[in-house]
Amino acid sequence: MAGILIVAEVQKGELKKAGYEITSKAKTLGGEISVALVGSGVAGLAGNLAKYGADKIFVVDAPEYANYTTEAYVQAVAAVVAKVSPSIILIAASAQGKDFTPALAARLGVGCLSDVVDLSLEGGKIVAKRPIYAGKAYTMVECLADPQVISVRPNSFMAAEAAGAGAIENVAVTLDAAKIKAVVKSVEVAETKEPDQTEAEIIVSGGRGMKGPEEFGILRELAKALGPTATIGASRAAVDAGWIGHGYQVGQTGKTVSPNLYIACGISGAIQHLAGMGTSKVIVAINKDAEAPIFSKADFGVVDDLFKVVPALTNEVKKIKGA
Amino acid sequence: MNSVVCIKQVPDTETLIKIDGSGTGIATDGVKWVMNPYDEFAVEEALKQKEKAGAGTITIISLGPDRAIETIRTALAMGADNGIHIQDADFAAKADPYATASALAAAIKGVADVKAIWCGKQAIDDDAAQVPAILGEMLGLPVITMVVKFEAAGDKAIVTREIEGGQAVIEVPLPAIFSAQKGLNEPRYASLPGIMKAKKKPVDVKTAADLGVGAAAKTAIKNMTLPPARQAGKKIEGDDADVKAAALAKALSEEAKVI
Repeated sequence: MAGILIVAEVQKGELKKAGYEITSKAKTLGGEISVALVGSGVAGLAGNLAKYGADKIFVVDAPEYANYTTEAYVQAVAAVVAKVSPSIILIAASAQGKDFTPALAARLGVGCLSDVVDLSLEGGKIVAKRPIYAGKAYTMVECLADPQVISVRPNSFMAAEAAGAGAIENVAVTLDAAKIKAVVKSVEVAETKEPDQTEAEIIVSGGRGMKGPEEFGILRELAKALGPTATIGASRAAVDAGWIGHGYQVGQTGKTVSPNLYIACGISGAIQHLAGMGTSKVIVAINKDAEAPIFSKADFGVVDDLFKVVPALTNEVKKIKGA
Repeated sequence: MNSVVCIKQVPDTETLIKIDGSGTGIATDGVKWVMNPYDEFAVEEALKQKEKAGAGTITIISLGPDRAIETIRTALAMGADNGIHIQDADFAAKADPYATASALAAAIKGVADVKAIWCGKQAIDDDAAQVPAILGEMLGLPVITMVVKFEAAGDKAIVTREIEGGQAVIEVPLPAIFSAQKGLNEPRYASLPGIMKAKKKPVDVKTAADLGVGAAAKTAIKNMTLPPARQAGKKIEGDDADVKAAALAKALSEEAKVI
């Protein structure tokens, strides 16, 4: 096998955890592990990837990559692909990865498997497991030619340190400017430390039972107490009521998530919502209505008023965390 | 300006998915079919832009079996002008995102003077979110995904796209391909007069052979399974909310070890 190339993503000057997760998983598949690192001022991050098993790190570091655009990134990674000739390319299915992966595959003239949650190797070929219908079913899928381009859902694998050779090579890419038609005029990112729902380890989610937009404050308090890997989410009912932005929506027409812990507050559990959060490792339901369908899926159920339980839970979490 | 909107007919979000006899598809009996929800935003945006410009034609293109015509008619009833139905059951059964995009690209090439090509950000059945990107490669056009705001300005468009934790404003020359994200607009309902008019609007039926494309998929489904059913777990009991909250925190910390 000709090896695996991973595309690591940098956000706010740091490597995203999902890159380590994929590198760790790639290590278990065998072969040489290369990583492409694209960005502006990112060269200093290359060493971290060696700690998680990268044998070779190809750094494309230039001011042109300060703002992400699909075309420039596709050209940069395609240049690394030409050097490495990998048989497998793995990319995190983050917001950026979802934009980028199919574009790269199409540029290389090969197929692409999106948002997979498990990978195994059968005779040099990847067989990938991916949820469809937001998780109501799974397919086992494969690419018919190399390189096999695959985006991997964050939180699907554990990041584990394992030393790799860590040879660093700078790659100078001459961008084909005629193809770069989209120009980023401005970028506005909220100054929040909260992770995206698709990558968070803990999600505190609110539904119709939240009664209004202000009340999401108690969910934020709980998420804050649970630590920097926690964030908040919402059901479609809460989003459609205008209480919170659609970027928070979990479900079939929102985000599909796989956190370690999903705390559903005032969410009844419509089939579309259950699909979107069904792969959470532990599910907690807090709802006054003992008949709510969410209780049939929850590992821990609390039948009570969420406006009393959630603040009390926040206090208990603070005690446990020693804060 | 003329636009094209690529739409897909999908099972309604309330559908309980069952696997069919082949083991690689879903059982379609009793399924209620609807327009992919993200495609509704795409159709709506094309309609809004046409209204604003006061000129142009909106062509709806869909690849699917016979029944997909209903979804094309829904888009025509919303106000689109004509449709192309790529009706090739064999192709549809085998098509992956690459093969689908190749058929759509061939159909789009037959539409004159297209300035904007709209898709939903993903179909809610296969959740692949690949077709807009592949179309971009095949047609040599820039692709902007996850669009939440769109303004045409002469030969270019200023669009806002959703990025992680925020938004980016992008300027792109037309023609270009856009994928619609929730938040872009509020899709209109088809009016009764709209539904009546839609029956008379032209829909071209084309096979993959008419378009000169084959079902050259680049990925294959080996099998399909249902996730293991989750069971109801432990009910946290207690005299009041404080007692229950304490018991829950203890269970999450000591038993489940997730906090």
